[in-house]
Amino acid sequence: MAVISYIEAVTMAMREEMKRDNQVFVLGEDVGVRGGVFRATTGLYEEFGEDRVIDTPLAESAIVGVGIGAAMVGMRPIAEIQFADFILPAANQIISEAAKIRYRSNNDWNVPMVIRAPYGGGVHGALYHSQSIEAIFSNVPGLKIVAPSTPYDVKGLLKAAIRDNDPVLFLEHKRLYRLVKGEVPEGDYTIAIGKAEVKREGEDVTVITYGLMVQFALQAAEKLEKEGISTHILDLRSLQPLDKEAIIQATKKTGKVLIVHEDNKTGGLGGEISAIIAEEALFELDAPIKRLAGYDTPAMPYSPPMEKFYMLNPEKIANAIRDLAQF
Amino acid sequence: MEKTMHSSLGLTEQDVIDMYYYMLLARKLDERMWLLNRAGKIPFVISCQGQEAAQVGAAFALKKQKDIILPYYRDLGVVLVFGLTPKDLMLSAFAKAEDPNSGGRQMPGHFGSKKLNIVTGSSPVTTQVPHAVGVALAAKMRNEELVAFTTFGEGSSNQGDFHEGANFAGVHKLPVILMVENNKYAISVPIKKQLPVDSVAVRAQGYGMPGYSINGNNPLEVFQYVKEARTRAINGEGPTLLEAVTYRLVPHSSDDDDRSYRSREEVEEAKKQDPILVFKQYLYDSGVLNDEKHQAMVEKIQREVDEATEYAENAAYPEPESTLLYVYEE
Repeated sequence: MAVISYIEAVTMAMREEMKRDNQVFVLGEDVGVRGGVFRATTGLYEEFGEDRVIDTPLAESAIVGVGIGAAMVGMRPIAEIQFADFILPAANQIISEAAKIRYRSNNDWNVPMVIRAPYGGGVHGALYHSQSIEAIFSNVPGLKIVAPSTPYDVKGLLKAAIRDNDPVLFLEHKRLYRLVKGEVPEGDYTIAIGKAEVKREGEDVTVITYGLMVQFALQAAEKLEKEGISTHILDLRSLQPLDKEAIIQATKKTGKVLIVHEDNKTGGLGGEISAIIAEEALFELDAPIKRLAGYDTPAMPYSPPMEKFYMLNPEKIANAIRDLAQF
Repeated sequence: MEKTMHSSLGLTEQDVIDMYYYMLLARKLDERMWLLNRAGKIPFVISCQGQEAAQVGAAFALKKQKDIILPYYRDLGVVLVFGLTPKDLMLSAFAKAEDPNSGGRQMPGHFGSKKLNIVTGSSPVTTQVPHAVGVALAAKMRNEELVAFTTFGEGSSNQGDFHEGANFAGVHKLPVILMVENNKYAISVPIKKQLPVDSVAVRAQGYGMPGYSINGNNPLEVFQYVKEARTRAINGEGPTLLEAVTYRLVPHSSDDDDRSYRSREEVEEAKKQDPILVFKQYLYDSGVLNDEKHQAMVEKIQREVDEATEYAENAAYPEPESTLLYVYEE
């Protein structure tokens, strides 16, 4: 089995799906000759040609809107938004159109489309190349949201997203692109959207998280193990729909829950996850639910000490786990 | 007798009678919906009145069951030609379960039927332009001989989605026809406060496609231009922007009162160019239609509208719990 990076898993999934189904195509800014600004579409232009790897004009609403039109007549577009921060011009197309087309047509039309968006900070990206956008779109029924944390999950979930008959917002953490490598099989497999996975079994504290924070939580857990604290880590993988059953089970496992996300704390997914636990598993708790999340500033600043101050890291997560373990 | 306009366009007498029939059917359905609204039987109406010539003329130039249309909310004339029936449209007006557009989920005017190649529409204006471009892109990628046809208002031509979609279509030379139905008003705001230019058609220049401003009160002129645009599209010559100039004869919707922003004199003046009257006169002058035939047609339409109204009024509402269905594939 090959050991590849997170971004190589993105490319591998798209290449295999484009080979498997000639309705699958890629469109976005710089995805063609350049192979994407992050290189996620490297080699696809050469392999599949400019008709299936389309360099679009610089206009996000058209990237998504044109994709929706093609998807409604049976194509399987993968639209790339260059940075998640730039997805907002397309928000009307995503929220008012893609997410509502099946519902508003009473199941007559549907939008089998993937919108890939690199998100997240810690890459010196400042205000407009660092944002997490999942909360903005997680209040939109009809849309699925996926945010994988490992190369293996990237491949399986991206393939599932491409084959899904509803629109999927596929969030790729930029910092993970080259930070993490992992074993990824060459062959075909998918991972069900809407299913979380326990990434580490533990007894003392449960961490519920997704994306880059899964990797940071795993590092924190390694460190805490030496201190005698056992950490249980649930990787949500899908943010819409949330795997409620897995959240409840993970809560029951330790009775102490820390929710971690890089997105702003207020209105972030942590609030929804906390509410699920409060509604469904309150009496399983041995401590108050804790949230460790991004500050409620508009975004993270450019200057290195400011960015470092804003970003979560394994140490901050370890501290939060330790506090909860000692409660 | 000199050659009539329709025969020089290759249209038979039956074709133009059918055109007139659909225009009149759209008008009569629309008028009935207003009555039903004022009688408190349906919550909302949004009108096609004054734009039937543009709608029916355009739809006749397209190929049913082949071309894919993305109409906007006034396009009663377009969707009737494409196969939605008076009954279908009344079911939508009454928000009944059998409404093929949305099963009673959407307001009237939000057309859609996959089997009739009518793409589902929404209320935020002009979102359908990029969709039409995407449909055309898919057709080009699959080498299918069809065009995507979409309509919208002149106010909508200010939306980013119009410009983004038109630009994309122009760059990729896609088989799409963009038709503005310029009815002079975006609710209350007149065209001079919407556009810094005299015509929406000139906007085509920026997107590398031809743009034509045409008489939207004449179905034959609209037919001619849409047909030519279709031929260009099929031949790989790319998109066309058409501006069918019309006039909205009634308020924006059943919730609007147009007396607050335009004079009665202006509306009365526009009514002299009512496309239904003008085309009727043309058909009389061409010897295609006479009082007897006209009366028979009016009676037929009356029956169809009556039957559709009665059926829809008595049809079942959707089950309340069906509200929860079809958020995702089931």
